[in-house]
Amino acid sequence: MSEKVNFTIDGKTLTGEKGRFIVDVAAEQGVYIPTLCHMKGEKPAGSCRICTVKVNGRAMAACTTPLEANMVIENNTPELAELRKVIVELLFVEGNHFCPSCEKSGNCELQAMGYRYQMMVPRFNYNFPYREVDASTPKIYLDRNRCIFCKKCVRAIKDPQGKNIFAFRNRGAHLEINMDLTLAAKMSDEQAKAAMDICPVGAILKKEIGFNVPIGQRKYDKVPIGSEIEKLSK
Amino acid sequence: MSKKITIEPVTRVEGHGKVTIHLDDAGNVSDSRLHIVEFRGFERFVQGRPYWEAPVLVQRLCGICPVSHHLAAAKALDVIVGAGTGDGLTPTGEKMRRLMHYGQMFQSHALHFFHLCSPDLLFGYDSDPAIRNVIGVALKHPDLAVQGVMMRKFGQEIIAATAGKKIHGTGAIPGGINKNLTIEERDSFLKGADPMNIEKMVSWAQGALDFFKGYHAANRDFIDNYAFFPSNHLSLVRKDGALDLYHGVMRAVDAQGNKVLNDVDYQDYVKYIGEEVRSWSYMKFPFMKHMGKETGWYRVGPLARLNTCDFIPTPLAQKEFEEFRAYTQGKPNNHCMHMHWARLIELLHSAEVIRDLLNDPDLQKNDLVKKGTKQSEGVGLIEAPRGTLFHHYKINENDQIVMANLIVSTTNNNEPMNRSVNFVAKKMMNGQKEITEGMMNAVEIAIRAYDPCLSCATHALGKMPLEIALFDSNGVEIDRKKS
Repeated sequence: MSEKVNFTIDGKTLTGEKGRFIVDVAAEQGVYIPTLCHMKGEKPAGSCRICTVKVNGRAMAACTTPLEANMVIENNTPELAELRKVIVELLFVEGNHFCPSCEKSGNCELQAMGYRYQMMVPRFNYNFPYREVDASTPKIYLDRNRCIFCKKCVRAIKDPQGKNIFAFRNRGAHLEINMDLTLAAKMSDEQAKAAMDICPVGAILKKEIGFNVPIGQRKYDKVPIGSEIEKLSK
Repeated sequence: MSKKITIEPVTRVEGHGKVTIHLDDAGNVSDSRLHIVEFRGFERFVQGRPYWEAPVLVQRLCGICPVSHHLAAAKALDVIVGAGTGDGLTPTGEKMRRLMHYGQMFQSHALHFFHLCSPDLLFGYDSDPAIRNVIGVALKHPDLAVQGVMMRKFGQEIIAATAGKKIHGTGAIPGGINKNLTIEERDSFLKGADPMNIEKMVSWAQGALDFFKGYHAANRDFIDNYAFFPSNHLSLVRKDGALDLYHGVMRAVDAQGNKVLNDVDYQDYVKYIGEEVRSWSYMKFPFMKHMGKETGWYRVGPLARLNTCDFIPTPLAQKEFEEFRAYTQGKPNNHCMHMHWARLIELLHSAEVIRDLLNDPDLQKNDLVKKGTKQSEGVGLIEAPRGTLFHHYKINENDQIVMANLIVSTTNNNEPMNRSVNFVAKKMMNGQKEITEGMMNAVEIAIRAYDPCLSCATHALGKMPLEIALFDSNGVEIDRKKS
């Protein structure tokens, strides 16, 4: 049987199940800890680090840290907000993100995070990396310029035999998302849509559905990212 | 000693350009050029992108009439997705796009007349430049200034209701539109509090026309003879010859009114239109191929449209059109400054079309998109505020754009604008010892009549305004003024 333990987030005492990841326990109680690579119920990737909180004074990724009794967690503080803003800026300069003509604009989690943390112009120089797009499969337009290496597609999108359709290739600065062209060619419309929806940015687009949802009806047009969690505590 | 004058930057136009005027030893104008000094390269960097991005990406060429680019690209992609050419969409799809376009036309024409052109008319071309601007208009003629602002706002709100936002929306998608017009949106335009309703806009558009006609009556020599020269005129017209700013066939007439391009399908525009490159400008020089570079150049825009069409399909604008045509005995009107007159007739026409569309129940229906067999190539033409706009795309088997060609309205007017500059420069500057600011503004007035959008025309980086420089016969610059 699961053990319930007490902990605090930003001074508020909460109770949660020991051993579960901080980010999930917090979300269920209306405390939003931002994530870009986290998928509830899946093994964490811990790659984006935007969920960084302070646990007993130490910076930890909330998506990979299991809850312990009496943890003192800091989440919504000016210091962490600034750190998260830095991460968002780094993600923007590291790729080639051109929101004005991106189908994901308004539904994009990275863009929404930029608005939430009030990013204006990144303080870092743009890398302007050269990355190839892959439009060779019937259902998917893979735009590597926008990939933030969250690994969600790798972990969630499989063929009927459970094989990965998406995978990383190369290492370090040369790391890039790739897809198995044979398996990707067999993807159904529903699976292609699921791959597009799970991508937090516009790296995976389902072909030929661009801009079908009008401005004003997109996910983050009216409310900031995280609102759906924060309203639980109101 | 001969001289060269440079006007840089040219003001109260969209984009950045300069004029150079060469004077010979006797102080007479020997040559003049309108240089467009911006460069963008959209035709190149749209390559490789998925075709459905084109209407949203390419409209970033411009913040003044992005709707025109948005719709021209969408029309080209209608062909690619098998939805036909412009008139093959669902009624809601086509009418929503028309509403967006006429809203754009209304706000752009209002902006040009009230904010860019009216200072020249209200204060005179050689008046104090500190007053001869939109702030001067606001101070001395607040009613006119307010009308300009509110008419522009009304048009922008129409765009927001159809495209999602006022600038750079996403409404038109290949094969149709992504939303209809809600009852609430419709009623806000039909029954909005004074002055933000369509009846007031129609009445203000009529008022602007009356203002121009009054000015014309009092300044006939200036309006009729300023940069008057014969030319060909080209535009889209509806298949029955009516003025249609959204869709039609290509028609061109010469200075006498003979049809030199007789209602041809614009999918074949490459058969008829060529583009010449000259070393001193980033803007190309289009011409009708069958007439050649020397005589095949043409004007586009409001004046051209009223010269090519047979009638205007809304009653108030038709009445004005009849008066306009009667002024030149039914022949094509080649008076440069009558472009303002033609533009205001189109302003009234746009308001009438918007009123008709707002009362059309098709706008509340839900059948928004139509698609058929995919094609690898498509051409979209539209009558943008400044004239005919061409978008042409080819895609590969992976849905990526491999070729884009844009011929922008202002590009079509390149040769006529250069001729207008030359005409005015000769008239104002020949034999003059000193080049005054008023003379330079006179040159700008000729350019401004075309309402050019220099950013779009070179697809541009840089600031808005235009400069004049004066050079001697040895090519040494001796005077330069920024206006």
